[in-house]
Amino acid sequence: MGKRGAKKKDISNILSGFRDDEGNLIPILQKIQKKLGFISEDSVRQTARYLRISENQIFGVASFYSQFRFNEPGRNSIKVCLGTACHVQGGQILSEAVERDLGILPGQTTEDMRYDYEQVACLGCCALAPVIQINDDIYSRMTVIRLKETMDKYE
Amino acid sequence: MNDYLKIKESAARKWEALNNSKVPVIYIGMASCGKAAGSPKVLDQIRETLANNNLKAKIIQVGCIGPCYLEPLMDIRLPGMPRISYANVIPALAGRIVESNLLKNDPMPKLAIGYFGDDPKGYAKGIERFFDLPMLKPQVRIVLRNCGFIDPGEIDHYIANEGYDAIFNAFRLGPEGVINEIEKAGLRGRGGAGFPTYRKWRICRESPGKQKCMICNADEGDPGAFMNRSLIEGDPHAVLEGLLIAAYAIGASIGYIYIRAEYPLAIQRLKKAITQMRKYGFLGKNIHRSGFDFDIRIKEGAGAFVCGEETALIGSIEGKRGMPRSRPPFPAVSGLHGMPTIINNVETLGTLPNILREGATWYTQFGTEGNRGTKTFSLVGKIRRAGLIEVPLGMSLRKIIFDIGGGTVKPFKAVQTGGPSGGCLSEEFLDTPVDYESLGAAGSIMGSGGLIVMDEDTCVVDLARYFLNFTQKESCGKCAPCRIGTRHLVEILERITKGDGVAEDLTKLQTLGETIKRGSLCGLGQTAPNPVLTTLKYFRPEYMMHVKDKHCEAAVCRELIEYRVVPGKCTGCQRCVDVCPTGAITGPRSEIHNLDPKKCIKCRACYEICRFDAIAGDAIIIRSKRGAANE
Ligand SMILES: Cc1cc2nc3c(=O)[nH]c(=O)nc-3n(C[C@H](O)[C@H](O)[C@H](O)COP(=O)(O)O)c2cc1C
Ligand code: FES
Repeated sequence: MGKRGAKKKDISNILSGFRDDEGNLIPILQKIQKKLGFISEDSVRQTARYLRISENQIFGVASFYSQFRFNEPGRNSIKVCLGTACHVQGGQILSEAVERDLGILPGQTTEDMRYDYEQVACLGCCALAPVIQINDDIYSRMTVIRLKETMDKYE
Repeated sequence: MNDYLKIKESAARKWEALNNSKVPVIYIGMASCGKAAGSPKVLDQIRETLANNNLKAKIIQVGCIGPCYLEPLMDIRLPGMPRISYANVIPALAGRIVESNLLKNDPMPKLAIGYFGDDPKGYAKGIERFFDLPMLKPQVRIVLRNCGFIDPGEIDHYIANEGYDAIFNAFRLGPEGVINEIEKAGLRGRGGAGFPTYRKWRICRESPGKQKCMICNADEGDPGAFMNRSLIEGDPHAVLEGLLIAAYAIGASIGYIYIRAEYPLAIQRLKKAITQMRKYGFLGKNIHRSGFDFDIRIKEGAGAFVCGEETALIGSIEGKRGMPRSRPPFPAVSGLHGMPTIINNVETLGTLPNILREGATWYTQFGTEGNRGTKTFSLVGKIRRAGLIEVPLGMSLRKIIFDIGGGTVKPFKAVQTGGPSGGCLSEEFLDTPVDYESLGAAGSIMGSGGLIVMDEDTCVVDLARYFLNFTQKESCGKCAPCRIGTRHLVEILERITKGDGVAEDLTKLQTLGETIKRGSLCGLGQTAPNPVLTTLKYFRPEYMMHVKDKHCEAAVCRELIEYRVVPGKCTGCQRCVDVCPTGAITGPRSEIHNLDPKKCIKCRACYEICRFDAIAGDAIIIRSKRGAANE
């Protein structure tokens, strides 16, 4: 089961890979998130300086897109699909089960850093709904009972 | 052209070598759906079985043929024999099937689902042709012709199947000729609105500007639709050749593919395919001595539904918040960084090579007057045969849902076309031909191709609430009717699904919905009320039941339902007692269990375990509370 590798906080080599053009903001944020797992306050500060735009402008853009997260991810990520196909097959009940089991809300990370949790709109496997994803593994035709067993497999 | 002939010859040799392979060929579906269903483990098992028996075989990883409900799919072709397909293959079964075919020449007809190709020696006796299966037979596969048949990572496979012939035809016709051909073919945009493709191309071609831009819209924002993903994963070069043709027609030198970051496999396939194009001279300067320069960049979308709208998409590529702006000017005149820009959907582009290869006249034999050609749909929800399909425009909803999809398990209730921007149609619309105008007249839209089928266990009020909640969250906030109006709609719908609705709420939904439609700036707001307005129109009694009787017939709305043990059925096996997280179910073994509604949090665990693991199988039911009161 895949876990996230060690994180390094330095993003200067990400920035230097781009021209200091505002149009590169989203790709820069995507690279930062790939590396840190989230958009840290410090990385926003550095990016603002590099692109010569305000931090507020960066938060404005980043918060517009659901892909970006602002708190540190856990060792594992669970995503529950709430696309239409999954909704009509009971996706909401799965997300409630995750919330109950982990004691957190979407966008949050458990205190022991074991899981972070998000709701997503369609993982593209609608024919096999309901679907959840843990790290890179997609599980189809999920049930409340199997969900618990599946989540227990990740430490 | 000469160097291309060489490329073509070598591609043909490679393809021939595969088809006349002296060793068996094993195909495994490794698109996202196959992977989710477990094909990677099947692949491991195939490799292990081959190694254990010292057998040689070629393994080809292919995209999705379409019947996702049959995944994992594995096919085997022995030298000189047809290709036999096996469905819902679990690893243990895969090993047996491989051994039986390769060691005993026995295709195990009972386990096979269908075969492809010719069968002169009767190897596939007792097995049906794959394309004669009820799900496949009514389909016409033009855009999806290669999906599941070629290795999407091999440009040579695409070329050997007449790939990139169309771009040379385009060079011969010249840009104007290409636009005329697309006009003759009657192709309309497959991204949703159905705007004639040739018309916006011509506007762009005639717009002044040194540089022009051609963008592929692979944002696929409809939650519950996956046609574009499947096409890119299964046949990336078809989309890329289409992008090349479109760029040539409008005179663009800059190309973008805007694709959702949630589609990592599709992105990977595109990146690889673009490298191969460059190697074969299909990108760069003076492409195959045509005088046409073009290059492609991939931009990953960051998860916002509204960014599928073309002006918002452009904003997003420019690094801004993806907010739509009012048109005109249309992007065809002034788009990305002010350049004349055309945005086409993945499927629109994937269709182009077929039209330019076979000709506009050939294309017009499919579909109906004004709605030419085919359309792909993701057929999902409460349907027996879920998956990706392609049909001629004008086919009835009934034929799609019942003949292709095999209908629903419980009685059919409704079908949603067009995703969150579309409408929910009841049974009386089943004979509606699926074309842009007929769906529009019914209050829905064609959209990008999502078809969500619902049976009597789906609550349409809950569905309307779901869609409005989605669009409300995705509203970019720029214009008030959409920002504030959709929030009001959600509040009212939530009230109704909780049993707190009043009769006036239905009138409010209606007037508010109509106001939002008229007053919003972009397509998101202009279409957002459709799910409410159509369900109100076609399923009014269901709304009334929620409002007046606090009754949800489908037993979905959680405040209106309850879980119950059916005394006559319960065997007292205690499985539900074990899984109940709140201790709501009690009872000694072998005695009828008791379910305390005050402690029950409606988590569904007992219901599931009773169906799958317990002795009784149906002793726990979910039903409307009002049903209980009537007893
Ligand atoms: C809110 C909204 C979301 C849209 N999402 C998509 C999308 O995900 N994919 C797409 O191809 N078109 C989408 N469209 C339509 C595009 O604006 C545009 O019409 C289309 O990409 C044009 O391509 P076509 O002419 O090939 O259909 C969306 C429109 C709106 C208003
Ligand atoms: S709706 Fe869940 S995978 Fe598409």
